[in-house]
Amino acid sequence: MTETAREITYSEAIREAIGQAMEADDSVFMLGEDIGVYGGAFGVSGDLYHRFGADRIRDTPISELGIVGAAVGAALAGMRPIVEIQFSDFTNQAMDQIVNQAAKIHFMLGGAATVPMVLRAPLGSGTGAAAQHSQSLEAWFAHVPGLKVVMPATAEDAKGLLLSAIDDPNPVIVLEHKLLYRTSGPVPEEAVRVPLGKTAVRRTGSDLTIVATGVMVSRSLEAAEILADQGVDVSVLDPRTLTPLDDAPILEDVARTGRALLVQEAPGHVGYTAEIAARITESPTLYRLLAPIRRLSGLNAPIPYAPQLETASVPQVPDIVDAALTLIKESE
Amino acid sequence: MPLSPIETAASARHALLTMWTTRRFEEAVDDLFARGLMHGTMHLSIGQEASATGACMALRDDDAITSTHRGHGHCIGKGADLTRMMAELLAKETGYCRGRGGSMHIADVATGNLGANGIVGGGIPIAAGAALAYQLRGEDHVVACFFGDGATNEGAFHEAVNLAAIWKLPVVFICENNKYGMSFSTEKSMAVDTIAERASAYGIPGVGVDGNDVAAVYDVVHAAVERARAGDGPTLVESLTYRHKGHSKSDKNLYRTREEISEWRDKDPILQFEGVVRERGLLSDEEIQAVRTEAMESIRNAVRTANAAPDADPSDLLDAVFAQA
Repeated sequence: MTETAREITYSEAIREAIGQAMEADDSVFMLGEDIGVYGGAFGVSGDLYHRFGADRIRDTPISELGIVGAAVGAALAGMRPIVEIQFSDFTNQAMDQIVNQAAKIHFMLGGAATVPMVLRAPLGSGTGAAAQHSQSLEAWFAHVPGLKVVMPATAEDAKGLLLSAIDDPNPVIVLEHKLLYRTSGPVPEEAVRVPLGKTAVRRTGSDLTIVATGVMVSRSLEAAEILADQGVDVSVLDPRTLTPLDDAPILEDVARTGRALLVQEAPGHVGYTAEIAARITESPTLYRLLAPIRRLSGLNAPIPYAPQLETASVPQVPDIVDAALTLIKESE
Repeated sequence: MPLSPIETAASARHALLTMWTTRRFEEAVDDLFARGLMHGTMHLSIGQEASATGACMALRDDDAITSTHRGHGHCIGKGADLTRMMAELLAKETGYCRGRGGSMHIADVATGNLGANGIVGGGIPIAAGAALAYQLRGEDHVVACFFGDGATNEGAFHEAVNLAAIWKLPVVFICENNKYGMSFSTEKSMAVDTIAERASAYGIPGVGVDGNDVAAVYDVVHAAVERARAGDGPTLVESLTYRHKGHSKSDKNLYRTREEISEWRDKDPILQFEGVVRERGLLSDEEIQAVRTEAMESIRNAVRTANAAPDADPSDLLDAVFAQA
């Protein structure tokens, strides 16, 4: 199909989704810091300000708690706000509104109200921005009942998952990896939704299953090529939405290969992949394992500044290759 | 069309009935709690009824409010159903929140009550956001945002009032200053004399009012509501009042004197207002007595009906976590 042949960046895909959602629905608007004339700290909002104006692409003061709360209130009053938080680290400034308000209002009020809002924020390391601008906090959000959590790994998913997040009647946290913003991929021109809660099988292999999130998906696919050259055939699965988690394809694939390597950028201690490991061990897939589940995660340390330190802090392609080969050896 | 509590006999009756209903509601839950018939915790606004009633009377039915942990008066003032409120506190399936929320989370979106809040200051940004929604849609609703003196020391207050000020949002910030954030007095918690003067930091009007005078509260809030509705932006109203009861059920009143409590009991807002309406000839003694009886009867009826309702049902707890598309 011609439309799937078109390639745009992850960042352009997000902008296209927002633009199409705003054209289709007057209740959709965006608010955040420097998203207007500036175009967004990572350039995501770009020309939206010129297309939709200052009311709907609303620049805000540096007030994360205030603007997330304003989004909660606007959503309660029938709007569909999209908040951009400049770095996901700054969600810490807004946690009351995210965790105590947005996540709980529908439940606490016995279902009488909904909070259909989207909070988009870039996460992850790799930019030399150090410990307060590089975290991966997805497990925090995934631990809070009432929040949906999305981590798009491709340009197509960045658009399609965001469109679904905007449609969703619940608060949805969309965590975009900042190293992916400039990566390109085929993206449909139309407003094609990618449903929340559907794990993507990025590659199918017979020897080992890699489950990866965020930027670790593309790194795992790269590692898979190297492993293939060495005669090791791996699957790569991308949950895409951490909440709700579609675990069936993961359990099936691991049952088939007998080996599970779980890769995330966030620190391993109490990380999201621990949940995936638990799902495997709580299911009959446990009996099909040929070796213990292996997790490959970021160090249990803040992200450092120096490039060689930063690179050493999170899994890189060779680390994934090594972990996969070790896992294969362990089961021989 | 809002009318002042001292405008007509009907508006006087409405104000008095709302205040007595709030008082009797809270006395009833206090009693049920003391007898072990009600669970959890609650925060009573006994002594503060004029503030909630006067402010709510300045609103149109299609205006909205956000409330606080001490919010029974705001709910009743905005027209909540007493039986559903009581059922919520009694952990019944027929309660406003089906037993999921309790006293601190009663909301009634249908009557414009966007919800009480268990987090001090939590409702302030939400009020600004609802006001932003109305402004974006070109609707002329106003949001009355209630909070206490303690909330004005939270960052949420600063951020939300600033947003409302720069965007001229149709919201009225109503600080019910009852002099204590739990046990910490305003003398200790702030270095300014009044909360109203904090408004100058945001470039908006700040107005103080005797929060125990229901007509005075109405006047000040009404002017602020009309200003907001006209597109001129928010106002900070400081309604000075006092809670006769402790902060919550754990309070032993160690931080204030008997004399102070007794002094404020003498300024009881409901008895004061009865004096005013009698003096102005708005209501006779018989009519005042009839209002008292009606309030008592409606609360008795609410307790009776709520008690007969089915208990909140745990079978579908997980279904309520996410809204279905």
